[in-house]
Amino acid sequence: MKANNALIGSPIERLEDLRFVRGRGEYVDDLTRAGLLHAAILRSSVAHGRLRSIDAEAARALPHVHSVFTAAEIANPVPIIPMRLHPLPELQPFEQPVMAFDKVRYVGEPIAIVLADSAALAEDALAAITVDLEPLAAVTGCGGSDVSLFDAQDTNLALTYKAVKGDAAAAFLDAPYKRREQFSVQRHTALPMEPRGLMAEWDAVRGRLTVWGAAKVPFFNRRILARQIGLPEASIELVENDVGGGFGARGEFYPEDFLIPFVAYRVGRPVKWIEDRREHLMAMNHARECECDIEIACRGDGTILALRGHAATNMGAYLRTNGAVAARNIVQFMSGPYRVPNIDLAASMWMTNKTPVGTYRGPGRFETDFFRERLFDMVAHDLGIDRVEFRRRNLIAASEMPYALATITPYEHRDELDSGDYQATLERCLEEIGWQQRIGRNGKEIDGRYHGLAVSCFVEGGAAGPKETARLVLEPDGSFSVYVGSSAVGQGLETAFAQIAGDALEVPLERIRGVFHGSTAHVSDGYGSYHSRAVVMGGSAILDAAEKLRARIRVEAAARFGCAPEQVELVAGGTAVGPQDKSMAFAELAGDGLSAEGTFLNTKHTWGYGAHAAYVSVDPRTGHVELIDYMAVEDCGRVINPLMLHGQVVGAVVQGLGGAILEHLVYDAHGQLLTGSLVDYLVPTASDFPSIRAQVMGTHPSPINPLGAKGAGEGGIIPVGGVMANAVAAALSKFGVEPRALPLTPPAIWQLIERARRDQRSLGSKIGGCRFSVQVLPSRSEAMAVARHPRPPELVDVPIEEIMQKYVGRFRDRKPDWAAFEDAKIEGYKRAQHRFIGAGGSGKHGDPTVIPAKNFTLSIMFVPPGQGNAPHTHEVEEVFFVLKGYLDVFIEDESGKRLTTRLAPWECISCPAGVIHGYQNDSLEPVYMQVMLGRGKPEAMGYTDDRLYEHRDAHLKAI
Amino acid sequence: MSIPVRFEVNGKRVAIEVEPRLTLADCLRHHLRLTGTHVGCEHGVCGACTVLVDGDAVRACLMLAVQADGAKVVTIEGLSHDAHLTPLQAAFRRHHALQCGFCTPGMITTAHALLSQEPHCDAARVREVLSGNLCRCTGYVAIVEAVLAARADYQKNNGPGA
Repeated sequence: MKANNALIGSPIERLEDLRFVRGRGEYVDDLTRAGLLHAAILRSSVAHGRLRSIDAEAARALPHVHSVFTAAEIANPVPIIPMRLHPLPELQPFEQPVMAFDKVRYVGEPIAIVLADSAALAEDALAAITVDLEPLAAVTGCGGSDVSLFDAQDTNLALTYKAVKGDAAAAFLDAPYKRREQFSVQRHTALPMEPRGLMAEWDAVRGRLTVWGAAKVPFFNRRILARQIGLPEASIELVENDVGGGFGARGEFYPEDFLIPFVAYRVGRPVKWIEDRREHLMAMNHARECECDIEIACRGDGTILALRGHAATNMGAYLRTNGAVAARNIVQFMSGPYRVPNIDLAASMWMTNKTPVGTYRGPGRFETDFFRERLFDMVAHDLGIDRVEFRRRNLIAASEMPYALATITPYEHRDELDSGDYQATLERCLEEIGWQQRIGRNGKEIDGRYHGLAVSCFVEGGAAGPKETARLVLEPDGSFSVYVGSSAVGQGLETAFAQIAGDALEVPLERIRGVFHGSTAHVSDGYGSYHSRAVVMGGSAILDAAEKLRARIRVEAAARFGCAPEQVELVAGGTAVGPQDKSMAFAELAGDGLSAEGTFLNTKHTWGYGAHAAYVSVDPRTGHVELIDYMAVEDCGRVINPLMLHGQVVGAVVQGLGGAILEHLVYDAHGQLLTGSLVDYLVPTASDFPSIRAQVMGTHPSPINPLGAKGAGEGGIIPVGGVMANAVAAALSKFGVEPRALPLTPPAIWQLIERARRDQRSLGSKIGGCRFSVQVLPSRSEAMAVARHPRPPELVDVPIEEIMQKYVGRFRDRKPDWAAFEDAKIEGYKRAQHRFIGAGGSGKHGDPTVIPAKNFTLSIMFVPPGQGNAPHTHEVEEVFFVLKGYLDVFIEDESGKRLTTRLAPWECISCPAGVIHGYQNDSLEPVYMQVMLGRGKPEAMGYTDDRLYEHRDAHLKAI
Repeated sequence: MSIPVRFEVNGKRVAIEVEPRLTLADCLRHHLRLTGTHVGCEHGVCGACTVLVDGDAVRACLMLAVQADGAKVVTIEGLSHDAHLTPLQAAFRRHHALQCGFCTPGMITTAHALLSQEPHCDAARVREVLSGNLCRCTGYVAIVEAVLAARADYQKNNGPGA
């Protein structure tokens, strides 16, 4: 590219920070206009119903209410929001009207809009609107249903995408190994910190409609709005202000993107609408809800032969502008960076009475990577192959590029992975997480928690085309202004583009006066920010504009110098130099300003790639997953600003962790959203995941753009679900726990562990344990069982019914005895004995409820936190075997030296006769343990304390 | 119904009339045009609305404007200067502790309150206190680093570094 790389590649502090850290950002709710009206939207509280009538008269009559609009007052027919991406004709019946007119199909769907003098008064008026709804049964799951969301359609299945490569059927036919599994990912959402908002004003004098609060794809949205409202595009300006996060969800054309400009246009006053978080959770695009049934075929050595299966995405009530992207990506990217020669995958999009679904960072990719990577770890385990080795064996090699991905239909899309060294990022990731050092702890229990390690590889597609536009202006003072069609959502475009422009123009950063993004006034034809395209597309357009502007500057200088433009040299720093040592600073050549527009056209995606590893520990008692360490390695081609890129990766990883463990939009069977606030919808906080590390490599620049850059905002989230689930499975391998669904919440993991324990128990008892059940024995004369050893004298001729009765002890029949020992009266030694076999060490022989003890006595001790017992000896061995909790046991010698060790569940100590011993529960939970003494009727406790020893039988006299 | 309220905002006396149900956040943002304080949830979870009231970090969305009567309120604007960045703000910038900037005023206000009271706090304490401020962009790692880096200035001055 350019010889000058003073700015690109440097971790320059961001320009936009200067206003953000001072609270001087200008987000849409910070704006105001004279005569502003405030809008509130009445939203359906019913998931599915027929709209019979809406009565807004009472609302209209309220003081301070300006007007109320329903579908009847808007237009006939009510405008429909078209799809922006993959707008297939067969998807049109499922598109959303800007306001409900005959049916409501999700809780949150707009039914009416109120304009009032304040937002609070507008909200008050919502309560005065009466809606007559005939409720219908709600469809909440994918799959066939009697209930159709769309009367004209006899199905809720919108479309099925297919991904095909090679001949999967044949490959499965004679595959030596196959495994089929079902997985699911939960509904969750982008949740940017700034809720949505818009402000609109119609200037009748100039015939201009201005809309503030645009984001992501303002030019596309203007096109739609113009068509719907009946104004020429040139009369509409969409202004992009500061945007509080997008992640794919903000900026798409929502009903409000028509309604607010429309009402402003109609009433002739500026209108502002800002949603609150509750509205946001039910009205902004949801994402990710998907289940799948997939099967993999491999050779015995782990070489993947084929993938096939079917996924179902829960689309919500309408197909939104980009609603089809996830389903398509699920099937196209299930193979990821791996060599899969035969593929036959389908993804069906099912309409349901839930909030409509759109793209959220790494759409479909997060889900499909979870499915694939889980399957891989299961397969590696089945085949006895190391999980890392399995991946190495199947990663596409650099020499195989370009590597064709499966072909997608409909839309006949062909994509190929262009370049990269997938092994390199995997190896770097393994090294950074300390795989060799930590793998020894994998699956082991340490301090009560099970440790697990996992690694996962991914690709990130970016730089969607087809075009982007930029305009550079040389200002009269010699500074430069950069205008670009890309949209800022917080990712630092002002800085990144200033770096690119500065290097392209060969001027220092300070000479870039500002970067102006997103608004439709800035460039002639913009496209926006989605699919990780801003740096590649906007950045490359800036390069083109810079070249054109430099050409114009040369022409200008040539005219002044009286020479040909080719004889003019532009020197770094902003000077034009001509023959005979003539020179002029750019400022002198600028006149009223010189500008040039540049574009970048593109039809190929860029491919970032990498590997993530997670090291977790799981508490089997609560299902809590602790993330001890996380390492993300990605190669993003040419890095513009490493400080910003690192931030993108870490931020994306933490969003992925939210999706893997915490976030869940829960609906009930009636389509009611149960998680309508941030108290219910949990997102990561600062204390949840302290250790996230990321390393960005830039070894493989993209071949498809002059910057050599790759889209890099989404890679961080893509592998997180898969790698976390695999780490949990690895940690809990002893239990045979296999997570197949996200999120990995504590109750979900706990249930998996409990179920696995039950399965293992019933398996064990079927194999060799005894169950008490009456068996019909053959008569004595036929087959006799011979007892090889004699019974004790007291049991000769005693019937087995009596033996069963007397020699079985159950916990529920025990009474805890808090006065079993003399020292148990003392605070610090308070504990309860449950006698099972004999009297234990209590001396309370003759208890008829216990099993008679012959050569040993066994009881269960309950030791509350903070309690223990006094040091003592016995004449026989005493065993403490911990069942629950953590117990510090100690032994002492006669010099007073004491050694202590902590016993966890399933750990024991056997204290030999004559060795001073005791225990203490210094934890926060109670201890249950078995105590066994090596004699049927042991002597009283040999306390080391003189006073206790003297009164060692006192508790018996108290009875 | 309008209630007269008098309080101090960023060192300036304010006397206005407000509806009883007006939150302090809305009062600051729309009546006083101090839009640096942001509203992210209106139910006290996200922390974007954090301001200082008589020195304590407080959720302005859960406080009514009338409750601020007689109080000293400090917003992000009161913790900033035109001419330069405070050490805390500079640390945020240096460590890339913000992306979209929406949670940033709340983060900085909370961090400032913490460092003013506990200039020797450790990373765990910083994370615990900041766990009441949600951020969707950064993943928090850089924010914690920035706050830890700013401690030195608060320790030096033995008080607010602003």
